[in-house]
Amino acid sequence: MAMIVDRETCIGCSGCVSVCPVGAIDMVDDKAQIDPVACISCGACLHDCPVEAISVEGPAVEKKEVENKDGMDLWVMTELENGEPVGVTYELLGVTADLAAKAGEKCCAVLVAAEAGDLPQKLIAAGADKVYVVAGSQYVEYDTDLYTDAVCQLIATYKPSALLIGATADGRDLAPRVAARTMTGLCADCTALDIDVESKIVEWTRPALGGNLLATILCDEHRPQMGTVRPKVFKAKPMDNSRTGEIINFICAGDVAARVEIVSKEALAGVAGIKIEDAEVICSGGRGMGCKDNFAMLEELAGLFTNGSVGGSRAAVDEGWLPHADQVGQSGKTVTPKIYFACGISGAIQHLAGMNGSDLVIAINKDPQAPIFQVAQYGIVGDATVILPKLIAKIKAIKGM
Amino acid sequence: MNIIVCVKQVPDTATVKFNRETGTIIREGVENIMNPFDRQAVEAALMLKDKVGAKVTCLSMGLPAATDVLKEAIAMGCDDAALVSDRALAGSDTLATSLTLAAAVKHFCDVDLVLCGKQAVDGDTAQVGPEMAEHLGIPQITGSLTLDYVDDKFVVTRENESTAQTLACAGPLLVTVTKAGKEPRFASIKGKMKARKAKIPMLTVADLAIDPATVGLSGSPTKVKRSFTPEHPAIHSEIITEENADVAVDMLVEKLLEAKIITR
Repeated sequence: MAMIVDRETCIGCSGCVSVCPVGAIDMVDDKAQIDPVACISCGACLHDCPVEAISVEGPAVEKKEVENKDGMDLWVMTELENGEPVGVTYELLGVTADLAAKAGEKCCAVLVAAEAGDLPQKLIAAGADKVYVVAGSQYVEYDTDLYTDAVCQLIATYKPSALLIGATADGRDLAPRVAARTMTGLCADCTALDIDVESKIVEWTRPALGGNLLATILCDEHRPQMGTVRPKVFKAKPMDNSRTGEIINFICAGDVAARVEIVSKEALAGVAGIKIEDAEVICSGGRGMGCKDNFAMLEELAGLFTNGSVGGSRAAVDEGWLPHADQVGQSGKTVTPKIYFACGISGAIQHLAGMNGSDLVIAINKDPQAPIFQVAQYGIVGDATVILPKLIAKIKAIKGM
Repeated sequence: MNIIVCVKQVPDTATVKFNRETGTIIREGVENIMNPFDRQAVEAALMLKDKVGAKVTCLSMGLPAATDVLKEAIAMGCDDAALVSDRALAGSDTLATSLTLAAAVKHFCDVDLVLCGKQAVDGDTAQVGPEMAEHLGIPQITGSLTLDYVDDKFVVTRENESTAQTLACAGPLLVTVTKAGKEPRFASIKGKMKARKAKIPMLTVADLAIDPATVGLSGSPTKVKRSFTPEHPAIHSEIITEENADVAVDMLVEKLLEAKIITR
């Protein structure tokens, strides 16, 4: 749904043409014209137009008062895996504690679990000032209905200013459900967060179009302000066991039943035994690897490093060469290894978005013009399936293996 | 069985290139396509139709040009399609979009299954599906890898970061699809002829009896404060173009040793 230009008002200054990040504006008969399909409604032109000729059509509505506009606490949803908080929970507590300190608010953790045990203390050590606990045997596994109900009842009772949720598979299942129930805005996959000290409005910055465009989003008239953040975007604070905080036990009213039944579940492991998001060295393959069998080369290369794992591009996953869980990129995982080998990967912007936080990128690709070389510190122009066996042999020789 | 599949027309982001020097997107040669995950959702719906019989209706919200992707869905084998298109919807964020699409689903039929792609590749939010499920008051399963119908239940497999799960639900249910389980089919000749003749009804906000204040820009809690191109720090890059693979590998390993990236 696009922006529109009032041709009467437009003075033909063409200022908007250059601010449009997607090149959707052209000058036609000395007036700006917006290509409605290309337009991503980002609003960049709206603010730039000197004569306010650009608008988004819509009915005028009365603004309703926001209940707790002055802000209250900033909340972080806890996600558990095998009874322990996952990395992104600690990362979010770290960044939220900083935001809360800046705005003079409190950083709170929400814990929905079968039993609380020593988890509240861990969340406090990681940065929480307060922990809201909803405990019960029905919460032993994540369930959309039960968790949405618990979180929404907490929101209705304690009215937080903001709620941050890790952009994991389950977090991305829960967050939109909570946002829709509370009729608030949700900003997906944020990569930068800030807060306005005066208004307590959170500024959510997220990438669009594979990270080539960043948009800062506000949700200033609804509470809670909500956002999801991918794992590994922020760093957790060191655990401080001397920190103290308040623990609030909450009992949900009513009796909500799960509507989706878990028939079975089994633990996943990465191709090389460790999960790709935890790997220090990732050997990724794309279409240029040619076939599934050639991924054995990547496994062998990964095996030469401590904490090495194998990943791939969407093309490789689409070909069925590796499982979806090991896909790196916009529609897969975000990874930040020490070394990222990109073999036979051209580097579409969606892939780059998932790995451009790597400390070091080494690329092997036939096409010297491939975008992957723009983000690689080292590289070889050549066929990955020819180069890899030689590289593996050479590294083995050096390491005396 | 009534299945509704929601599809979105998106720019083919895989072919979008970026000029790092000027900080602009190169749109030349970029076509508008059916969102790839929505194509998987269409295939998942058609597989169920093949197995147990179903009426599959495709729904989209967008500009009139989006009828192209709906016709494509009909050509693949969907029975019916409709487009929600209205100027009042301009500037809709995911909450406003999900309210509109949920109203459209209710407008059509008593639905047994709503399918959406896991996410659209232009916005990448993965929010509209679950938000629709909430507005419809039905359960959801996100990121399905296979979808089946066994003993009067939808059986769905999905993964989170640590486990592979098999889930079951009697429906009505909303599923967001990562993969159909097999490659989306091509359009048949018969399907193409049907698509060519198909008249895609266009629904407005008034047709769906939606309060205009709840959709479009005014119904969208999120607003873009600003958008900008990130600065890409210049990196020191050593790319070897030596054609002899043995020599090239020696050169690379030498550099990696020098930089202490690999150690003896």
